[in-house]
Amino acid sequence: MATTAEGYQAHSEDHAHGAHDHADHKPGFFARWFMSTNHKDIGTMYLIFSIIAGVVGGAISGIMRAELAAEGIQYLGFWVDLLGGEASVNANLHMWNVFITAHGLIMVFFMVMPAMIGGFGNWFVPLMIGAPDMAFPRMNNISFWLTVAGFFSLLFSMFVPGGTGMGAGTGWTVYAPLSTDVGSPGPAVDFAIFSLHLAGAGSILGATNFITTIFNMRAPGMTLHKMPLFVWSVLVTAFLLLLALPVLAAAITMLLTDRNFGTTFFNASGGGDPILYQHLFWFFGHPEVYIMILPGFGMISQIVATFSRKPVFGYLGMAYAMVAIGVVGFVVWAHHMYTVGLDVNTKMYFTAATMVIAVPTGVKIFSWIATMWGGSLQFKSPMVWALGFIFLFTVGGVTGVVLANGGIDDNLHDTYYVVAHFHYVLSMGAVFSMFAGWYYWFPKISGRWHSEFLAHVHFWVFFIGVNIVFFPMHFLGMQGMPRRYPDFAAAYAQWNHVASLGYIIVAASVVIFFVNIIYAFVAGRRAEANYWGEGATTLEWTLSSPPPYHQFETLPVIEDHHDYHNHMPVSDKPATA
Amino acid sequence: MKSGKILASMMAATLLATAPYAASAQADIEPQQTQPLAPEAQTPTNDTSPLVGAGERGDAAEGSDASGYTPLGPEWIKGQPEAGAFGFQEQYSEDGEYALWMHNAILLPIITIISLFVLALLLWVIVRYNKKSNPTPSRTTHNTLIEVVWTVVPALILLVIAVPSIRLLASQYETPPEDAITVKATGYQWYWTYSFPDHGEFEIISNMMPEDEARAKGFPAQLEADNRLVLPVGVPIRLQTTAADVIHSFAVPSLWFKLDAVPGRLNERMLTIEEPGIYYGQCSELCGARHAYMPIAVEALPFEQWQQWVLAQGGTLGGEEATEEDAAVEVGPSADDIETTDTIEEAIDDDLETGTAGA
Repeated sequence: MATTAEGYQAHSEDHAHGAHDHADHKPGFFARWFMSTNHKDIGTMYLIFSIIAGVVGGAISGIMRAELAAEGIQYLGFWVDLLGGEASVNANLHMWNVFITAHGLIMVFFMVMPAMIGGFGNWFVPLMIGAPDMAFPRMNNISFWLTVAGFFSLLFSMFVPGGTGMGAGTGWTVYAPLSTDVGSPGPAVDFAIFSLHLAGAGSILGATNFITTIFNMRAPGMTLHKMPLFVWSVLVTAFLLLLALPVLAAAITMLLTDRNFGTTFFNASGGGDPILYQHLFWFFGHPEVYIMILPGFGMISQIVATFSRKPVFGYLGMAYAMVAIGVVGFVVWAHHMYTVGLDVNTKMYFTAATMVIAVPTGVKIFSWIATMWGGSLQFKSPMVWALGFIFLFTVGGVTGVVLANGGIDDNLHDTYYVVAHFHYVLSMGAVFSMFAGWYYWFPKISGRWHSEFLAHVHFWVFFIGVNIVFFPMHFLGMQGMPRRYPDFAAAYAQWNHVASLGYIIVAASVVIFFVNIIYAFVAGRRAEANYWGEGATTLEWTLSSPPPYHQFETLPVIEDHHDYHNHMPVSDKPATA
Repeated sequence: MKSGKILASMMAATLLATAPYAASAQADIEPQQTQPLAPEAQTPTNDTSPLVGAGERGDAAEGSDASGYTPLGPEWIKGQPEAGAFGFQEQYSEDGEYALWMHNAILLPIITIISLFVLALLLWVIVRYNKKSNPTPSRTTHNTLIEVVWTVVPALILLVIAVPSIRLLASQYETPPEDAITVKATGYQWYWTYSFPDHGEFEIISNMMPEDEARAKGFPAQLEADNRLVLPVGVPIRLQTTAADVIHSFAVPSLWFKLDAVPGRLNERMLTIEEPGIYYGQCSELCGARHAYMPIAVEALPFEQWQQWVLAQGGTLGGEEATEEDAAVEVGPSADDIETTDTIEEAIDDDLETGTAGA
């Protein structure tokens, strides 16, 4: 508390004699980082948080791939011991379920979402629309710390009893009744639910913040149809969050009362229905997967345009394709539930509706290619990641079309084919776009250059690694290997072994990523304002790298130079801020 | 061409139902013994294995051998994963064959071509439109024609996929004929029980066979069960699933069959197995610690042998003579009738009344 007061003190003192250079005025350490109201600082914290969560989630997948490298149960007992439990057959197997649960929840709620929306969204939405900050800076801060608290609640759940062992072993979907007191007595699942509540509340606040900011704080002249596509993507994402997350909150609250207060929402013996939980969960869960990929779409659009030195092809089509994906994304949820015993007509509807999503997604893929067509392509690291994204996302997308067929999904549901599919669209789709965005904006954020060479090496090693990990999973799934298995029949050993070898390559690429960051801070040369040159036309490139602590104190006026429809060379653009 | 094959297998099914001995030759059985599946002819490699039916109710016949049933040996394994394989398991049900055809003939080529097409376009722009080859970028940002094309063509491709897809769904939801053989699979943490409500309600408790024992007997470890679910070949089976504790999922990849077992709910799906043999599957919905260790082992036998097995378990044949004929006749024509009949509700156990019926 004393530190807090000091921070405030410093703050007001600075104000007293620093009004003339307000743009560079920074509060003291505690006030700046713990009571932050600056969108760039909060964005930075989100990025750091997401990297930490990514390392934790990635390490857990390493544990899982090590376990799956060969038949039998190898290491689970060791992990039970290490985490302070008592090893036994059930406790060891439960540990596995805790790992898959933690991996899923961490990657979804504490890695991808914070990086995409909290990190890049916070940093670049205000910059791209010419706003000085987010609409609700304090709420922005709460969003971040709620997310952090949620992460700790999840980690804490691993150390309290959760039924057959320590931790919540329900899968990230937390299906009832495995997640009720029937399947998971003990407080672990309560903490996992609490974690989702916190992270969800943070995201809802963040979403309102983004919607308000984008609707009200665009610089004069920036109409919705002149907004950069990344801002469009965050806007659509924010609406998805706002509409989907309350449904999750409701579902897990009902779960919580089922667990603790004797309600029977999801318990058939009390008049409830376990399938109701699944409907509610996936009503949130399917928009959630678009929440995770849409900001990636936006970043890829910026990057492809920049390095083609050409405006995005079919700007309006691109923007409204995202809106269409967002809308249709709300009416396809039951394709996650094809085997629960749906009515045949329901299944036919969801088959058809799900396949419809392929159309706007196809529009995006082809528009990116058309943007490059006739362009003057430079293969800087963000562009290479973007190209990797477009191809791998296509591969993940077409297996989605296979899975969309209710009749075909009868065999593939809950197998490794599904695991392969969603890792192609997320671990390769979302993560590739995040790395593309990282290398695109890292010098802007930090003011220092990473090594382009290392960034390219990082790409190739990661590209090869993830494909070796995830492509064989298609074969495993088609041969029938179910998901969430710590052990498998002998016939599944080969491809599992290959996948585990691929993990080593992925891990190596992550080391390269960190070496590159260290390089940038130790030896990286300083980045200029618009280091990508002519192709980079959005407003953040008019600011220094890193941008001033407070930017756009005089709002930039958007004239036709920024118009995506009648693109003019950037050199005509008046300097702003 | 395809319908011819379906017709042929339907005929085989009919024959199997009425004359199992003749049909077993007709059905093109791969294992060495294409000869009658008389129990005596079975390889006795596993006669030490526990006999089916030693359930907790203790009503199973003690000397099953005397009643004429011996579990099939490893040479009868048909539905199991193959090491290093790239595709689906071979299919042994009509729907499975159709679905496999749909995947291999329609979906796989389409998705492969789309992926390669996108890859080719990417490589082309990389080669043709890099900074060296094309120093001055064009300013094209619109082309209405091409935008319409890449919206309409994918939609048409999806339509091509949707037609067989909807057909497949309709056929998967065919209502079983009234006299189809009813089996109820109940998932428990972590084993399955199978009961035959129309055949004396006897119950089979099916645990995973200990891995060493399975290996010693030549069965795939983790897939083999101590007591298999024995089903008749060629006749429609009304397979119902439910669960006692948490959600499980009854899945057999080589029969293209997966149906969740949900507590308080009775799901139902028709299944017709075309050939005698052993078909393995595994629980496919996360159900707790030993989720990976509750396999499903289906043993399909010609009808008469299956009846012998039922008797050996202490079951009854309850008017099954009529069933054979009718079942075989009705298997095809009811294709359009995809509504759920009242029989589902009727079939719900008393103790499950609180839940919603499947579908």
